[in-house]
Amino acid sequence: MLNLPELENFEKITAKNIPTENYISPGHRACQGCAEILALGMVMKVAGPNTIVANATGCMEIVTSPFPQTAWKIPWIHVAFENTSAVASGIEAGIKAMSRKGRYSKELPNIIAVGGDGATADIGIQALSGALERGHNFLYVCLDNEAYMNTGIQRSSSTPYGASTTTSPFGSHSIGQTTWKKDMPAIAAAHNIPYVATANPGFHLDLMNKVKKALTINGPAYLHIYSACPTGWRSKPEKGIEVSKLAVQTKVFPLYEIINGKLTITKKINKPKPVVDYLKTQRRFAHLKEDDIKLIQEGVDEQYSKLLYLEGDTQES
Amino acid sequence: MTKAIGLEVSLAIAEAVKQANVDVVAAYPITPQTHIVEELSVYVANGELDAEYIPVESEHSALSAAVGSSAAGARTYTATAAQGLAFMHEILFITSGLRLPVVMTVANRAMSAPISIWNDHGDIMAERDIGWIQIFAENGQEAYELTIAAFKIAEDRKVLLPICVNVDGFILTHMIEPVTFIDQKKIDDFLPPYSPALTLDPDKPATFGPVGVPEVYIESRKQCEQALLNSKAVVQQVLEDWGKSCGGKYKLVEKNGNDKAKILFITMGSLGETTMTAVKELEESGESAGQVRIRLWRPFPREEFLEAIADADELIVIDRALSPGAHNGPVAQEIKALLFNESKRPKVHNVIAGLGGRDVTVKDFQKMYAMAKADELGPNYLIWGVRSDA
Repeated sequence: MLNLPELENFEKITAKNIPTENYISPGHRACQGCAEILALGMVMKVAGPNTIVANATGCMEIVTSPFPQTAWKIPWIHVAFENTSAVASGIEAGIKAMSRKGRYSKELPNIIAVGGDGATADIGIQALSGALERGHNFLYVCLDNEAYMNTGIQRSSSTPYGASTTTSPFGSHSIGQTTWKKDMPAIAAAHNIPYVATANPGFHLDLMNKVKKALTINGPAYLHIYSACPTGWRSKPEKGIEVSKLAVQTKVFPLYEIINGKLTITKKINKPKPVVDYLKTQRRFAHLKEDDIKLIQEGVDEQYSKLLYLEGDTQES
Repeated sequence: MTKAIGLEVSLAIAEAVKQANVDVVAAYPITPQTHIVEELSVYVANGELDAEYIPVESEHSALSAAVGSSAAGARTYTATAAQGLAFMHEILFITSGLRLPVVMTVANRAMSAPISIWNDHGDIMAERDIGWIQIFAENGQEAYELTIAAFKIAEDRKVLLPICVNVDGFILTHMIEPVTFIDQKKIDDFLPPYSPALTLDPDKPATFGPVGVPEVYIESRKQCEQALLNSKAVVQQVLEDWGKSCGGKYKLVEKNGNDKAKILFITMGSLGETTMTAVKELEESGESAGQVRIRLWRPFPREEFLEAIADADELIVIDRALSPGAHNGPVAQEIKALLFNESKRPKVHNVIAGLGGRDVTVKDFQKMYAMAKADELGPNYLIWGVRSDA
């Protein structure tokens, strides 16, 4: 089955009906050119005012909440680095119980857990797995800027192969990051949750529609958002969206969604640009040699073929 | 009041949580706490308790989920022990820092290594400085009643702090004791539903847990400490009210035996029951012994304690935990520090007894008394009953 019943009357967000209200106010302290805060802003536009956010420790937590200021126009909680999914579980369960007992009379809110790649793929993966498995009705948003950026660009398990970071520096004996990016969406999907998707602020309508779908369906949803980081990637601040688009056009970060187990590539790349075009935009890859780039190109092609296979394979069954 | 029934203390605690009509139970199994949350899961499964039961994947998530549900405005309970409590460590501070009235039973148990599932207070003593209210129960009836009262204390608008009810693992949790349940109607009158001051409410958005820059961090910690210090009066009042309307009379510090006794045992938790028997027998044989039980551990009831020991010349402080390198157990450290500026300072002996579930008998206490009289307990601490071949 492709669609969930909740998605049957799904009304798409288009350029004409794009939500105009912002729920993260200007004046936050995100770095110049941060595409992560742009992505988070898009998520919140769709989520709207009846939303509660649990935010893991990380860039978005730090830049939006230095007391006595807050950039959040909706209820928001930060507890720790590794447990935002568990906190969201508690919020969901608490409101569910109070609603049943007549002490919460309003429409049930959207509950969104937000974490960076470290909070998602590394330290928080256990709490995330537990929450997905228990089936809480919440959306988990991973804002993936591919390293621990708020502590100063240390590698995470989401850092791509070859990237130089402060704890995976390139040198005469090292290429930089020596492992391939952990496939978090696949891990989330392995929990058999109803909705998993990848998104990218360079494709804002696609991103926002995925948020809307994720919030429409009942049960846990996982959204993995590519979040360009000029500070950590040593890319030009004004090029955030351009770099984001290139990530998709070169197949480095494919856009797809998995609804009830069925994978669909939402932005097909028929004439991909070479990966080197993407790598060139960021100095974290500047040390890579021709052979390294060839290897990365092969890895990217292989990963994309896998997605094509999964898309076709499930269609046949 | 209804008739007492023989019941495992864990089940009595679960009954208390049910009668408190909690909204959320976050549960991860760890011995010797498991029977409590197992029983609660049965209540929820049978519809006897209308609550969300979150079977989390770790103690860390148990407390994290509890923080979320409490912040959402739900009455929230969890339970843990030893390694589980240590695994919650980081979130324990955050719960009190966010001023969330979560109630937690700690079935006190020794810490690894070597792994031991049996009782001592090593787990909770490592969590002395977390800003939670901490109460020690001495027997099953007390564990049951204090669990209900704990919700009322924690949720008081003047308090709004998490509270843990310490119950000795196995020695209490797995003991079958006569327990008298309080009528539900009385409990409902005593404990209305939780009415939070601030919640994660989309109609009144608030930011919970922002970044505490150096300009505000100290003030926020001070406010938490002030809330904890102020909670003493509320604990006292709630326990008094409880005694009047529902159950037993519980004081923050309790004195037993000869009121003018010169040598006093200072105890916390279930060992107090054995000590009481020892004190009784000592008195019957013409000795001058007494006992002071500390029920409220945090905030420490300084004035009440000083009053209780006013006439004593010597204190034998029983600790059920080591504080390695400190030359005294945690309770003795507390008491010595407290006495330092007092004009009258009784001699303080410190006996560390019953680590990892080692039995401490009436005879042991009598021997401690004799050794104190003969000045054989030493100036600092003595680990009781260490085998010579060890």
